[in-house]
Amino acid sequence: MSRLKRQPPWSRQIGRVLLALVAISFLVLFLLLPLAVVFVEALRQGLHVYLSSIGQHEALAAIRLTLLVAAISVPLNVVFGVAAAWLMARFEFRGKALLGAFIDLPFSVSPVISGLVYVLLFGAQGWFGSWLGAHDIKIIFAVPGLVLATIFITLPFVARELIPLMQSQGSDEEEAARVLGAGGWQMFFRVTLPNIRWALLYGVLLCNARAMGEFGAVSVVSGHIRGLTTTMPLEVEMRYNEYDYVGAFAIATLLALLALLTLAIKTLLEWRYSDEIAAHAPGGH
Amino acid sequence: MKKSRVILALLGTVFAASVAARDVTLLNVSYDPTRELYRDINAAFAAQWKAQHGDTVTIQMSHGGSGKQARSVVDGLPADIVTLALAYDIDAVADHGLLARDWQKRLPNNSSPYTSTVVFLVRKGNPKGIRDWADLIKPGVQVITPNPKTSGGARWNFLAAWGYALKQPGGNEAKARAYVQALYQHVPVLDTGARGATNTFAQRGVGDVLVAWESEALLAQQELGKGTFDIVVPSISILAEPPVAVVDSNIDKHGSRAVAEAYVKFLYSPQAQAIEAKNFYRPRLPEVSARYAAQFPKVNTFTIHDVFGHWRQAQAKFFADGAIFDQIGPGH
Repeated sequence: MSRLKRQPPWSRQIGRVLLALVAISFLVLFLLLPLAVVFVEALRQGLHVYLSSIGQHEALAAIRLTLLVAAISVPLNVVFGVAAAWLMARFEFRGKALLGAFIDLPFSVSPVISGLVYVLLFGAQGWFGSWLGAHDIKIIFAVPGLVLATIFITLPFVARELIPLMQSQGSDEEEAARVLGAGGWQMFFRVTLPNIRWALLYGVLLCNARAMGEFGAVSVVSGHIRGLTTTMPLEVEMRYNEYDYVGAFAIATLLALLALLTLAIKTLLEWRYSDEIAAHAPGGH
Repeated sequence: MKKSRVILALLGTVFAASVAARDVTLLNVSYDPTRELYRDINAAFAAQWKAQHGDTVTIQMSHGGSGKQARSVVDGLPADIVTLALAYDIDAVADHGLLARDWQKRLPNNSSPYTSTVVFLVRKGNPKGIRDWADLIKPGVQVITPNPKTSGGARWNFLAAWGYALKQPGGNEAKARAYVQALYQHVPVLDTGARGATNTFAQRGVGDVLVAWESEALLAQQELGKGTFDIVVPSISILAEPPVAVVDSNIDKHGSRAVAEAYVKFLYSPQAQAIEAKNFYRPRLPEVSARYAAQFPKVNTFTIHDVFGHWRQAQAKFFADGAIFDQIGPGH
């Protein structure tokens, strides 16, 4: 827009350069440098040591567990997210604002607290503890607990991505489909889903990144049983505490690569489908 | 489609792993600085059990701050064995009915197969001239020790300092309190766990002296230092007795009593005692200690029992909410 205006005075140009410099040095200092450190430390003793520390039994188990937890919690959050967004965007009802606040709750609660809540519910001393114990059902300090905590933490990602988009799209097309005789599911798969697919993918991406990277809540419910209930972020901490810095950073590189991949796809989506991703998505631009 | 197949494959591998490990599995819930120790112990015990009984024993480990680990066992972490930093933490598990309240009498030496003591780790050449507890409160000395509210190791440090001051000529409660208060004014960072404090001192280079268990100091010297740290043994210190116990209600549920009890008894065997000494814990067996005499200099120690009575009393007096540490800790 400034192309049409006169050249700004030199003082303003300097200001602009300075601002850019501040922004870039911030990026370098807080993002690129730590990222570089992760890779440098991981490869400090060479590629062979790097690969063998990733190939250790415990590391592979942590990777497998992290993938398993994400593979369960992300699809469940997709179902919940779409349903919640549908409800919020298409219906007026009492307590709608309250539901919106509840969806945002995991953003505002400290992850440690989210984990503790599950311990208080399902732990041996918790509300359902004795019943679960009597029926030999394990939730806390086992995979179900990890999944529950992860679902809680990642709950808002899909819903928050879809609600503003579905609200701004309105329900005209869906109503047209109904008038033309489409059933509920037919309408959903032929009209609604195509309209929200890129935003949904965007939400899934963020949800998945958080699911794999979550530390606090998962740490509380994990029990830290090596090779059994330790996810990748927990394994990183453990190895750091064992003076195995190369091992810690080797696993950290996998998480960093995941983050970079997420970033790349996210940028691609924003660039290619910015119109179809919600105009008011949090952090969307 | 694809995703469901991935999930199936993942479930398959998880299932396969649990079938393969079916023979006998024990979970040893331990505190932070025992990772290296139990890696060796577990291998030796599994080999011995296999030779004697033909069964394969897999010992799973969980490590964390001692108090937090005790809490997890209370909350349902299915530990067959607990090997924690102090008796109070196992008492806390016993208070919830998971094991007999007199657990500490079931094994020799207060159920502590190995011991350690509190020493000082200083930078090479000891530039601040730290010789004894009194030197820690000299001007300009920064002391690294973790938070006794969260760390078992830190509680031993606190009690060692208190006991030292109490045992000085003319020592009394008031003087001990004043000394420990002065000491914590020299602490710039209170980490939540012992290993965190070691990393702060050794990796991040903060502070002039790390107050640590001897085992932790020797390990840090070996893993990180190689000539960058010296160990200083004070004139008097505490005998740290980390206890072990089987968790009755869990082993009965798992049907693992025989192997769990064999495991804790194994910790007293000559073979295990040598592994403990190699991992820098002081063995109980005289013949093993004799072999490692060079590694463990003679230290003048007192026990919890000598100075403070029972751990429960020490806990209530010093570390409970509003107790002495809260009154004189950093910021007071």
